[in-house]
Amino acid sequence: MRARFALSLVVTALALGAVTAAATAADRPDPAADAKAFRDFFVKKFPKVKFEDFVNGPYSMNEDMRRQWEDKEQFPPYEFALEAGKEMFGTPFKNGKSYADCFANGGIGVRQTYPYFDEQEGKVVTLELALNKCRETNGEAPYSYVKDEMASLTAYMAYTSRGKPFDIKIPNDPRALEAYEKGKEYFYTRRGQLNFSCASCHVQNPGERIRAEILAPAIGILNAMPIYRSEWSGMGTISRRFTTCNSQIRGVPLEPQSDEYRDLEYYLSYVSNGLPISGPGARP
Amino acid sequence: MTTTMNKRPNTAMKKIMFAAIMMAAGAMPARAASEADFKAAFAAADSAEKEAGRLRNQWTTTEAALAAAKKAAETANFDQAVMSAREAEALAKASIFQATSEKERWKDMEIR
Repeated sequence: MRARFALSLVVTALALGAVTAAATAADRPDPAADAKAFRDFFVKKFPKVKFEDFVNGPYSMNEDMRRQWEDKEQFPPYEFALEAGKEMFGTPFKNGKSYADCFANGGIGVRQTYPYFDEQEGKVVTLELALNKCRETNGEAPYSYVKDEMASLTAYMAYTSRGKPFDIKIPNDPRALEAYEKGKEYFYTRRGQLNFSCASCHVQNPGERIRAEILAPAIGILNAMPIYRSEWSGMGTISRRFTTCNSQIRGVPLEPQSDEYRDLEYYLSYVSNGLPISGPGARP
Repeated sequence: MTTTMNKRPNTAMKKIMFAAIMMAAGAMPARAASEADFKAAFAAADSAEKEAGRLRNQWTTTEAALAAAKKAAETANFDQAVMSAREAEALAKASIFQATSEKERWKDMEIR
């Protein structure tokens, strides 16, 4: 009798242990599984859209818009920014150094590796941030993160990476995983008086209209950045995209390149791994 | 692959917004408001908005209501100033509620 009681105790303990282990495994962050689920969700939702075409945002969702965009691409509205960016990139700083000295491979064809997690700083480093750090290290004043020079420089760097798949890494560092998780939380968290999250538009409603716009899918949404937006009558960076999204839902935007936005960019870029860089882009 | 998209109306948020607006409307003083009334109402709103700021979740409409309260007070229109300040406080409290409840609720929307 005592033996049977002891055996049942052991069985119960083992069962409890197994349940706890399963729960822990389910709660443990798994970016690779997230990325697969993210990709599967959009592929299933839009079975007629070729996977690589998601980087074209609303144009992958609407035939009429696509035709207009293809016509516009004959003389793309971002061309002036691209030319300006190329010239700026090649112009040395006052100290004789240049942007090329700050980046791997002289900054050519590296866009797809940004953002990355800097284990020294313990934070996510975006391309915009890296460009301004490069300027400051070389005695130059930083640029605004949202448009103008920053948009031109990132346009040129994106152009040199066109066709290269996003290759965002999460190093074996708990801080990197935490940054990724925080980015995910930001993406799904409702905010602003309209009570919208990023996912409300770009997961629940891609392809649907919000006023005159067609919402882009979240997957591949950063691959075309920076973009010329007709609504802005000019170029805008990822920072501009994030801050205006927040304003549109009546939330006070955070400061560009705040930790939250850096983590969000890290998450969104990671789940788009494998999709080609298509920037600079043009959007209505 | 499943996703647990939260499609139900956000009733909790609606209730708190409604209650907050009714509170702001119902709390209008019968007598004309004084500068002291404005200062008290503004301090309460400002404090709630600072808390929303700590939660990184301020709303543009709260900021606009605070600015409107200040502007009305500058022209000694304290009835309007108090009303705008109370509206700001209600909005700030709703944004605090949103930020607090979303600490866990965001997971309902996650693609899994």
